[in-house]
Amino acid sequence: MIGLPHYLVVAAILFTIGVFGIFVNRKNIIVILMSIELILLAVNVNLVAFSAYLHDVAGQIFAMFVLTVAAAEAAVGLAILVTFFRNRGDIAVDDASMMKG
Amino acid sequence: MALQAIAFYLLAFVTIAAGLLVVSARNPVHSVLFLITAFFSAAGLFVLLGAEFLAMLLIVVYVGAVAVLFLFVVMMLDVDFAALRQGFAQYLPIGGLVGGILTLEMIFVAATVASNGAAAKNALPNASPGGVPNTEVIGRVLYTDYIFFFQLAGLVLLVAMIGAIVLTLRHKPGVKRQDIGKQVARTPKTGMELVQIKPGEGISE
Repeated sequence: MIGLPHYLVVAAILFTIGVFGIFVNRKNIIVILMSIELILLAVNVNLVAFSAYLHDVAGQIFAMFVLTVAAAEAAVGLAILVTFFRNRGDIAVDDASMMKG
Repeated sequence: MALQAIAFYLLAFVTIAAGLLVVSARNPVHSVLFLITAFFSAAGLFVLLGAEFLAMLLIVVYVGAVAVLFLFVVMMLDVDFAALRQGFAQYLPIGGLVGGILTLEMIFVAATVASNGAAAKNALPNASPGGVPNTEVIGRVLYTDYIFFFQLAGLVLLVAMIGAIVLTLRHKPGVKRQDIGKQVARTPKTGMELVQIKPGEGISE
């Protein structure tokens, strides 16, 4: 019998994998962006699981908005990445300190 | 019920394994492909919960747009990805420790909420209350109660689109483009030149 805790555990593990990915791939900004996508996916799994088990559709609407914001974030993040690469010829994020006065 | 349990464990395992491979793969192209796998299996989990519309949305938006965008950028940038993996082993213990603690805490909270919270009284998932199809339920709520949020979401996407274009647009100097005004303003007088050539000399210009 699959209940709500099963889905919550999957979402928790997925969320942690995303945080872990940001920790271990500190230089590779592409993998950091993908880790953020994983974190948002975990949030979506949580929202949809609660929506289904509370018999309330509002959670799915929120998951849709999270999806929208995640898509916008990925587009702008990758655009910034492309601009950064054009200016520097590299995407190492630890020496991304051009804005420092 | 047993079939549902098998499907759940299969999809959950694939989602988590793909998520782990996203953050640990050496090649970023492989990372993107595992990200697609993770989204696909998560869409399967959504179907199991009864949220078919969101499952299809996840596939269309993520697999069809975001993941392809990632793939495009990863392949476009000419970066030495091996150098970017420096420090992976260095941050592995502390990252694993923080991740382990975080998972355990969240699992405890999830178990408590699931056994004592408001959702505990409903044993079966039902993503479309009232017996109407899931898409219809979402449409009825989204276009009435959440209409302003829906339009705001559209605005967010518009701003993101314009922002991405503004950030990456680049005018290269010295590119020859068609100038229709110039072409139309051309007359036979300016467009043609008659040259008197002396025999045996040719045109030096």
